[in-house]
Amino acid sequence: MVEPLQQPERRHPLRRTRQPSLPPMGRSRAGMLLTRAATEGRFALQRCGECGAFCYPAHDVCPGCLSTDLKLTDAPNGGILVSKTVVRVPADVYFRERAPWRIGMVKLDCGPTVIAHLHADCREAEPVRLSLQLDKAGQAAAFARPAGDTANAADDRQWREMTSPPKFRRVLVTNGRSAVGQATAAALVAAGAKVHVGIAEPWKPFEAGKALEGCTVVPLDVTDERSVRDLAADIGGKVDILINTGEHTRPGGLIGRQGTATIMDEISQTYLGFVHLAQAFGPAMRARGADGVDSAAAWVNVFSVYALANWAAFGTTSAAEAACVSLSHCLRAELRAGGVRVVNLFTGPLDTEWFQTVPPPKVAPKAVAKAIVSALESGVEEVFVGDVAEDVRQRLEANPKALERDLGA
Amino acid sequence: MAAPDPLDFAAAIATGALRVVDLTATLTPDFPVIVLPPEFGQAAPVRIREISRYDGRGPGWYWNNITLGEHTGTHFDAPIHWYTGKDLPNNAVDTLPAEHMIAPACVIDCSGEAAADADFLLTRAHVEEWEEDHGRIPQGHWVLLRTDWSKRSPRDYANLKENGAHTPGPDADVMKWLVEERGILGFGTETIGTDAGQASHFEPPHPAHHFLHGAGRYGLQCLCNLDRLPPTGAILITAPLKILNGSGSPLRVLAVTRA
Repeated sequence: MVEPLQQPERRHPLRRTRQPSLPPMGRSRAGMLLTRAATEGRFALQRCGECGAFCYPAHDVCPGCLSTDLKLTDAPNGGILVSKTVVRVPADVYFRERAPWRIGMVKLDCGPTVIAHLHADCREAEPVRLSLQLDKAGQAAAFARPAGDTANAADDRQWREMTSPPKFRRVLVTNGRSAVGQATAAALVAAGAKVHVGIAEPWKPFEAGKALEGCTVVPLDVTDERSVRDLAADIGGKVDILINTGEHTRPGGLIGRQGTATIMDEISQTYLGFVHLAQAFGPAMRARGADGVDSAAAWVNVFSVYALANWAAFGTTSAAEAACVSLSHCLRAELRAGGVRVVNLFTGPLDTEWFQTVPPPKVAPKAVAKAIVSALESGVEEVFVGDVAEDVRQRLEANPKALERDLGA
Repeated sequence: MAAPDPLDFAAAIATGALRVVDLTATLTPDFPVIVLPPEFGQAAPVRIREISRYDGRGPGWYWNNITLGEHTGTHFDAPIHWYTGKDLPNNAVDTLPAEHMIAPACVIDCSGEAAADADFLLTRAHVEEWEEDHGRIPQGHWVLLRTDWSKRSPRDYANLKENGAHTPGPDADVMKWLVEERGILGFGTETIGTDAGQASHFEPPHPAHHFLHGAGRYGLQCLCNLDRLPPTGAILITAPLKILNGSGSPLRVLAVTRA
């Protein structure tokens, strides 16, 4: 039985902010296969190409037949909880601070027995579903939840360590002028967050309308270092989730463009905007990764999927976004010390003005917003939103050169 | 007649007999710039990036890198800015005659009219009425349009509506007349441009740009403190940055008047 999460109290005036600690981080190269699956929200294990057995933990050779042909393969996630243990005085600092901590042995229907973190409502000898979650150190950890739905399941204390739920958290959505920004803000309000929304150039007309009901609008121009710093001075210490919805899209390739003014704008809005946000908000978020129920938890970037594979029709925009993907990996490494995760969403063409002449399928801003909330609640790190984005992902894996030729056609 | 001694001028300023008025807005990141439809190239707003501030990046000194457009903040328009002036000699900020950078100004106060109507247009009749009180506008003078627009909040200053910007300016007829019949050196405003907010619908479009620059004359915009100038008798010091083939330049505009 999980008690519903309560609105956290305001901070005690005399208490030091809890410093983040992390669970053990070391994984073998083979073990990183599971981390990859966890980032995408897949339940996958190594499977032997010769004897067909699934294996866990990660191995370099098949424990059954000694084959080295072990590929990460999606696996059925059902099992039975064989035994349950509550660790009351762990030696590790991270778990000690969070004790008592439930773990258990799960016999998977697909074969292996897994030691997993347990949701509070898991019962011995009953069915559970296993997932691979990213822990605070950013590594895969097996997590067992009851097979069926239970009350307040998402409020489970251990589950919350593996996810970044927006409920009762304070969120900054960086671009309230864009359709994606507005849909995101509304979705987060609905998910129980307190939302600040940034508006650049407040001297330009802006009608928030219904979209931003329940949000607080704040001045934020990500292209201006000072504007970003000023906002961080005001609310930087209470931004638990930052959602970077820059969305500066301009059609046009490289050599067809005269000069660099438009390209500088793209870099300024997209890449430097990200830099300014990270420098202003990153340090406080990293320091507040263990600051109670509403600790800093996640940084979300909304990117175009063409950041991963340049679409010549939007060539320089794609390149600016590609730079941001690289930067996000740096930020992820730097925020990891605080247990703050960086989530990247990759979208296909959006159903917005700048993709007006692009034929469907296009991604509705609401679908992006829904995917953001879902990513935070499920704890994934890489999300592809929409059919086009998913297609690009699959084709990048299958044959990146074929994709490159098609996108340049 | 002996040439006047420039040191007399310096002495008059030092003693306060002449007053220096700064007509320049501070360059800040959030000062409005001209807005074009987003598929066009845009004027860059002011951006200030610290190089160091007595810290690890430079322990003993503070300095910034800045970026901004030629037409950002209080700025000067050279004839080459408009197609009508593109073939004139010495039409860019690096080649225009230095003598033009110090010149007298007439100030026409339309602050009451502009307060009543954001789309107020200066007409020839307004200027002729002004001339009845203050005399004919002499050749080679600046004409400055005082609207007190510089006192507005950034939002009301840009005053962007669904159908474009609504800010005061001159009509086409008065611009042609000022340039051709009065031989003015240039036209200055407090608004973002020398033209009215709706001037793209005028005939010709953007008449201030059209006629001024076509005749090799200049524009000044985003001025402030025009309410501290007399209708006649002030001189303006307007030295744009010497940008290679520059179409305009942010600049410090100073006026000197009797105390």
